[in-house]
Amino acid sequence: MTGHLIDLYAWSYALANFVLWLTALPVQGIAAIANVATGSVPDPLTGTLVFLDSEPLTAFVAVIIEINIMLVWAAALNLFTLMWIERKLYSRLQDRRGIMIGLGSFDFLAATLGRIPLLGRPFRRPSHLGTGYLQNLADGIKLIQKEVITPARADKWMFHAAPVIIAVSTLMAFVALPWSEGMWIMGSYETRIVGGVSTPVPVNPWGILFILAVFSIAPLGILIAGWASNNKYTLIGGMRAAAQLMSYEIPLALCVIAVVVFSGTLDPFELVRRQSERPFTFGQWTIPWLPNWYVLNPLMWIAFIVFFISVIAESERIPFDIPEAEAELVEGWTTEYSGMRFGLVFAFKWLRALVGAGLISILFLGGWSGPTFVTLGAPNLADITATYSIPILPQEFWFVLRVYIIFVVFVWIGWSVPRIRIDQILNIGWKRLVPLSLLAILLGAGARAWLGGF
Amino acid sequence: MAEMWINMGPQHPMTHGLWNLRIKVDGETIVDAEPEIGYLHRGYEKIMEVREFQKNVVLTDRLCYVSSITWSHCYCLACEEMMGIEAPPRGQYLRVLTNELQRIASHLMWLAAYGPDLGLLTALLWALRERELFLDLLQLITGARMNQNYPRIGGVRNDMPHDFDKYCLKVIAHFRKKLKDHEQVFEQSKLFQMRTVGVGRLSRADAMDWGVTGPNLRACGANVDLRAMDPYDAYPDLSFEPIVRTEGDSYARYKVRMEEMKVSCDLIEQALAKMPEGPYRSKPPRRAEGEGFRRTEDSRGEALFYVIGDGDDRPYRVKIRSPVYSSIFAAPLMMRGNKVADVVAIMGSIDVCVGEMDK
Repeated sequence: MTGHLIDLYAWSYALANFVLWLTALPVQGIAAIANVATGSVPDPLTGTLVFLDSEPLTAFVAVIIEINIMLVWAAALNLFTLMWIERKLYSRLQDRRGIMIGLGSFDFLAATLGRIPLLGRPFRRPSHLGTGYLQNLADGIKLIQKEVITPARADKWMFHAAPVIIAVSTLMAFVALPWSEGMWIMGSYETRIVGGVSTPVPVNPWGILFILAVFSIAPLGILIAGWASNNKYTLIGGMRAAAQLMSYEIPLALCVIAVVVFSGTLDPFELVRRQSERPFTFGQWTIPWLPNWYVLNPLMWIAFIVFFISVIAESERIPFDIPEAEAELVEGWTTEYSGMRFGLVFAFKWLRALVGAGLISILFLGGWSGPTFVTLGAPNLADITATYSIPILPQEFWFVLRVYIIFVVFVWIGWSVPRIRIDQILNIGWKRLVPLSLLAILLGAGARAWLGGF
Repeated sequence: MAEMWINMGPQHPMTHGLWNLRIKVDGETIVDAEPEIGYLHRGYEKIMEVREFQKNVVLTDRLCYVSSITWSHCYCLACEEMMGIEAPPRGQYLRVLTNELQRIASHLMWLAAYGPDLGLLTALLWALRERELFLDLLQLITGARMNQNYPRIGGVRNDMPHDFDKYCLKVIAHFRKKLKDHEQVFEQSKLFQMRTVGVGRLSRADAMDWGVTGPNLRACGANVDLRAMDPYDAYPDLSFEPIVRTEGDSYARYKVRMEEMKVSCDLIEQALAKMPEGPYRSKPPRRAEGEGFRRTEDSRGEALFYVIGDGDDRPYRVKIRSPVYSSIFAAPLMMRGNKVADVVAIMGSIDVCVGEMDK
């Protein structure tokens, strides 16, 4: 019984087959006409048809489709949702309602669809009493409409390349970030024996490493953006961003090392599989109803806290948002960007928070594992006393839920504390978090050595 | 990195108005600073010469729109001194009452601005939420939320409405509770202390030399509060302790203002309890000759009006002394050696109001 709802590759493969079939239709038509006219199909047409039907091409198109689906999912749907969560939540923290643009805000909808007797009700509400989800879409459309201004003495190539570098490098992380056992791009299937049955399970031995690698490209883009804008605010902001992001990469990576030493794998799927096992084991103590989440293990608490703080710093959220400290640096390194260029660098913060929350979830909080019903009646009929478990809700749900809850904590922290100074941030990073993460590695190694690890 | 000048202003999120702070930075460290003002100069002292004494109250309201009543009050006191009249007791008490309400509203506006300066936007909304209560109170008395045009030469414009004291005491009790929330997000937060403790230190001697007054001076250890030192109107009847801190840093300035709001609450309660009956306004002469000189404790420091009359119905010459004008030029002293991010932590704690500074 698979727990995931979406099988991204299978879906994409089916879609690729369909797309290629559509593409092949006119060729087939021409081939049929040629067949009627000349009595045989010309070789090039046959070759084209064979090529369009071939496995490598279908696989290639499937991967392209996969990436597109993932981009729309991560960069559009989740980005909008995260922004919406943040704007609504901090508005509530500030005793106000926040964005409330809804379908009722469109006059033309109220005047047309609103006239439909029962179904038109949502459109008939007074305007600006909606949920506000469309506000970010409207903001995005506004940004696309706006002119892209290049500062007169900016380094034009670098100036326009920087948002692309930043956005692309952040989006690349979603290639390796799985959302469930079926919703992933980077990885492969391996046959394992699960409960006496050989089942294909996804593996991606370097997934976490890849995410960390692409995570550290963005500071370069920010530095380029700050420098190329030819503006003193952006310059200082860029320098700050580079210093901050680079110094927080280190505790971030060291905490991952602690987890790797502890668990012995860099594979996100494997990490989640191990964490979803029950009972919870700590040395000789076991708690039957508790899963093996690493965050529950006292030896991993330091790693978890340091990783959490580093992710907040890496996504430039408020206690650590000095690169764009709007009070003193206007908008920091994003000052000179306008239009969709600004949209790209602005979305970067949420995308990084999304990746960071996903990483926290996979490394410490059991990824997409969720509660299951345990029933009798094994899939292999040979042993009917074996039990197997049916997930209550699909894995994607549990993963997204975790990501959003972690993000809510980010927002909660971010909107209730002031930002700190660059020297203090670097002090915290180098003098507190780096030694603590080294200690976390030691604890992880100790746990592996004495408690046997997991 | 080589040293460079950075303009923080005239249009910059730090400025809270229209002025320019040029800072010279070496990397992230501030080497020097240089305030540039005058972007908002409206020629107040000259305009006031062509308006009648009473009508000038409209102008003095707009010196600082966050703290209108305190400014008009100062002007009225100076005029009264020149004309040789005094407001009736109830008028004096009403002035003190509205003065302190205005002071709390002004300090809350400062608190609201200080939050986003340090990256805490939540504090802005919270402080403005509380300020709304005091604006409502002022509206009950004066009929306006801003630029109330309330003090008059010889008293106040109108009496306070029926049952005002009940409503006012209710608001004060509520506000005292709510102030604890603000203390939670500000001073009980480790991050806020990291940003403000020891930042922008100003010694008492420097503060005196540069003419810094008000909460900024009291934060440096000088017990200078004109309400107690040179009392006017009903202040001699009311008892209060000026808030004094000795550190002289941004945190001390923050703390002085926070405590002052509590003192103002006490003063309001006392003024309401002792409110005498009787007329609230006496008739001033239309024309006056002589000199009037009065300084009061404005929300931001020592406000001073020097009015000369030459027997006409309008002043011959008016001189305004703005507390912010002096405080802002002490900024380089506090700034040097700090980081760029401290500019907002320091300038925010000074509580700049450009309207009164540029006059």
